[in-house]
Amino acid sequence: MNHTTQLPDRRSARAGTGVATAAPPPAPARARRRPTSQQWAAWAFLAPVTLYLVLFYAYPLYRNIDLSLRHYTVRSFVQGDAPFTGLKNYETVFDDPTFAPALVHTVVFTAVCLVFQYVIGLALAVFFNQHFRLSATLRALFLVPWLLPLIVSASTWSWMLNSDSGIVNAALNAVGIGPVNWLTSPSWSLTSVIIANIWIGVPFNLVVLHSGLQSIPHSLYEAAALDGAGAWRRFWNITFPLLRPVSAITLLLGLVYTLKVFDIIWIMTKGGPADSSTTFATWSYRLGFGNLLPSFGPGAAVGNLLVVAALVFGLVYLRVQRKQYAS
Amino acid sequence: MTTATTRRPRPRQARTAWWKTATGLVLTAVMLFPVYWMLNVSLTRDQDMRKSPPDLFPVHGTLEGYRKVLDEQLPYLGTSLVIGLGTVVLTVALAAPAGYALAHLRPRGGGVIGFLFLVAQMIPGIIMAMGFYAFYLSLGLLQSVPGLIVADSTLAVPFAVLIFTAFMSGIPEELLQAARTDGAGPLRTFWSIVLPMSRNAVVTVSLFAFLWSWSDFVFASTLANGGAHEPITLGIYHYIGNNNQEWNAIMATAVVASLPATVILVLAQRYVAAGVTAGAVKD
Repeated sequence: MNHTTQLPDRRSARAGTGVATAAPPPAPARARRRPTSQQWAAWAFLAPVTLYLVLFYAYPLYRNIDLSLRHYTVRSFVQGDAPFTGLKNYETVFDDPTFAPALVHTVVFTAVCLVFQYVIGLALAVFFNQHFRLSATLRALFLVPWLLPLIVSASTWSWMLNSDSGIVNAALNAVGIGPVNWLTSPSWSLTSVIIANIWIGVPFNLVVLHSGLQSIPHSLYEAAALDGAGAWRRFWNITFPLLRPVSAITLLLGLVYTLKVFDIIWIMTKGGPADSSTTFATWSYRLGFGNLLPSFGPGAAVGNLLVVAALVFGLVYLRVQRKQYAS
Repeated sequence: MTTATTRRPRPRQARTAWWKTATGLVLTAVMLFPVYWMLNVSLTRDQDMRKSPPDLFPVHGTLEGYRKVLDEQLPYLGTSLVIGLGTVVLTVALAAPAGYALAHLRPRGGGVIGFLFLVAQMIPGIIMAMGFYAFYLSLGLLQSVPGLIVADSTLAVPFAVLIFTAFMSGIPEELLQAARTDGAGPLRTFWSIVLPMSRNAVVTVSLFAFLWSWSDFVFASTLANGGAHEPITLGIYHYIGNNNQEWNAIMATAVVASLPATVILVLAQRYVAAGVTAGAVKD
């Protein structure tokens, strides 16, 4: 019992790295008018966080938009007198030969990671939803990849996938498959970062989907079993349809997360070799910080495209979540 | 004979359960293999590092890598500790009053604040980093510890506001009403009643705020790179960049950097569970 209660909360806990999963419990929506003195008190308590929101979310975001609309050099960046150039940075970015590959890689990376994380997460959630000894303990252990600092996971995977001395190639060699240049060959680098990122994302899917499974009434399964439905049919006719709302939330949140994955790719491959694993997130970073001569304008422009994508899916997520909350 | 028939189902049940536990153990082992590998490599001698195939167990285990951590990485670890604790304090100080206001004082327009926080979380970290960079450059806060604390807190504050609001909604209104009747103002109510009752939420928020700031790489590499005080994530990153060969030292640093996550997995389980039970009482 101890273990069944803690996981749903952990879900909302970790989700905070990106987006809150749980429906935000809004202040009780009782329309009773409150005295003005209480309004003053309420806003006094909210003032620091509101100021914080303006200073440290809104302002950096504004600076980023401003960066993308001006022509910056290192000097004008420091002096702050860069000329306004309108959408020129965006044009530069669209015409850049990196644009098309980065777009394709971002889409492929996000889609493949999502599919595998969801399928593996769901399979594990169904498995761990059964009662057996150590079930709760093992499920808790599955969270380890999720809690580790990304640089730890990324560097561990780098060494495991090392061409000459990595354990992965050693294992492949044992079954007669020649060495794969996971990180140094342009045809494998994207696959490598996808594998590492799936490993990191599976626990999130497992935890959210597991908590969703627990809200499916057990009596449904018993009734279906009495009607002679096998395990496979029970899954497709009960589990999967009833899990659809939770699945939608999981996938949308996963989408918002995965679009902005930067650390893993940058640490493992730096987007290379030859842009073969460059996504919008790593491209934006490389433009802004990766070169000796930073091009902040185009970097910010790429970043803003990413913001737009993340916000669109984020708002879809909020809509879906609100609809489910209301029903 | 009767005993045989009644006994029969039991061993079979026990056997399927045993089989499931075994499958679960294998799955967990596969999932955690990279973690084991990190430990194994951290204990491997330099001369065995390039061995093919690599040793599956640290048969010639050495603590050489960990000695290097002690020699070279302590300042980074210290910086990360300070930044982590600073982030915790800042996050709780900002979010706890906000949670109280949103849960009990019903501010007009409070819903908008909550919504803005949800949206703010969706901004990719790299964008925030670039904005902070431009911002800090003009303020002269680049490569400074306070600057990094503020930037790291943006990872945790939205989550913290959410948790505090949820948790404090569970504190009965009658209790606060009683305090008000006794003449306690909102500040006193918050400080003497709401905050002590929200201890579990404070612990949960603190643990995660610490973990996220400890793990941060994006802000560290953009805002603190090359400074006098760099956090442990940059320590590892420089290690990978500089001496590609000493993977036992790199992995030993990674093991040490993973300690907070391990501690939280052990400790937070209890606190998070306590938080949920408290929330469940309210329903």
